[in-house]
Amino acid sequence: MTQLLTDYLPIIIFLGVALFIAAALMIAPFVIAVSNPDPEKVSAYECGFEAFDDARMRFDARFYLVAILFIIFDLEMAFLFPWAAAFREIGLFGFWSMMIFLGVLTVGFIYEWKKGALEWD
Amino acid sequence: MSQETIDMLWQYGLWLAFYVGVSLVVLVGLLVIIAFLLLMDRKVWAAVQMRRGPNVVGPFGLLQSFADLLKFALKEPIIPAGADKGVFLLAPVAMATFALAAWAVIPLNEDGFGLWVISDLNVGILYILAVSSLGVYGVIMGGWASNSKYPFMGALRSTAQMISYEVSIGFVIITVLLCAGSLNLGAIVNAQKIGLGTAMGLPNSFLDWYWLALFPMFVVFFISALAETNRPPFDLPEAESELVAGFMVEYSSTPYLLFMLGEYVAIVTMCAMTTILFLGGWLPPLNIAPFTWVPGIFWFLGKVVFVFFMFSMVKAMVPRYRYDQLMRLGWKVFLPLSLLMVVVVAGVLQFGGLV
Repeated sequence: MTQLLTDYLPIIIFLGVALFIAAALMIAPFVIAVSNPDPEKVSAYECGFEAFDDARMRFDARFYLVAILFIIFDLEMAFLFPWAAAFREIGLFGFWSMMIFLGVLTVGFIYEWKKGALEWD
Repeated sequence: MSQETIDMLWQYGLWLAFYVGVSLVVLVGLLVIIAFLLLMDRKVWAAVQMRRGPNVVGPFGLLQSFADLLKFALKEPIIPAGADKGVFLLAPVAMATFALAAWAVIPLNEDGFGLWVISDLNVGILYILAVSSLGVYGVIMGGWASNSKYPFMGALRSTAQMISYEVSIGFVIITVLLCAGSLNLGAIVNAQKIGLGTAMGLPNSFLDWYWLALFPMFVVFFISALAETNRPPFDLPEAESELVAGFMVEYSSTPYLLFMLGEYVAIVTMCAMTTILFLGGWLPPLNIAPFTWVPGIFWFLGKVVFVFFMFSMVKAMVPRYRYDQLMRLGWKVFLPLSLLMVVVVAGVLQFGGLV
């Protein structure tokens, strides 16, 4: 417990100091700068036009696809990290286990490539 | 309160004050260095285009960044009428804070007292990967809360780009971990004391660092770092010709400054990561007399500035990518390449008798 605390408490303190600096910068202009809003100034920027419709519109489903693919590969990475750190202890068995795992993933990767999930036209 | 409790409180208070002080020193030092790196960026860019760059404020324009800071702080902060006020203001703070947080585990030097680092985590690299990917939240929050079309499109693009290249960065890091055998950043640097050069019978030198042994990965990491930090030629989220300024369109004053700050801190973090993973951190290039007299922190900073110089040169010389080219490069070139290299490096280590 003490080990955990001495490792991570300094990071919390560091985060606190960083947050303080960012917040101080954020608040500064609200205190010292003039504020003189008018309806034109605070309207959404759209090259001088009035906004036609709501900005939170539909968007391309491929962004979802990228997010899903990212989750798959990021999880794979999460498996690889401890494997890489313990590579010297686990020997041949560990090596081949990971190769089989990567092989299965590569098959999936080839499948999604062939399906056109990676195309942006 | 008994005397014992008071003593204990004093002890904890001192410990706390020490860490607050050290954090402040690291952060303020980092911000001052970034102020000058920003100037260097503009000067390099100007020199490539045969201009002078900023040269009015202070000698050679050295105080330009500080003048910019004052200007930002004195500008009127505009909050669009349709924006979600809370999220809109939270986004830049989140972006800057998460970008700065990575520096809690980056080791700057090692001497008789140990590593120069806020917290010597044994999973340091995992921590950096975690907080640097949290930067995406700043982008998507800012783009969504603005309630305007350009920021929304910019945030979508930026998010997709950052997560795509994070995958290849992760695989590159794994090849380094395979060679170093540790997740601790200090241990990764120390593992580079022996390498390809010593294997050939040469004394300790810059040939031992992983940039030579893992050269393809070094290149992939550098280019992915450019894309991950939205640097040109991959600055699609803020492509002026298409999206005006991407997710930052509606921001002004210091909220805008915080986004820029977060971006530059992320860039310098990536430079520091390149230095630690591939360029031997604080190790001198040749382990002989005149080089070893220089304290390690100067070698570290020198290498960071060198990598940053390469970032600037790329920005100055390479034209911008198209979005489909960018995604193609990330998913169809770098991902298979780095995946293959993980297998190759593991195979060489396993069957080359290097484990």
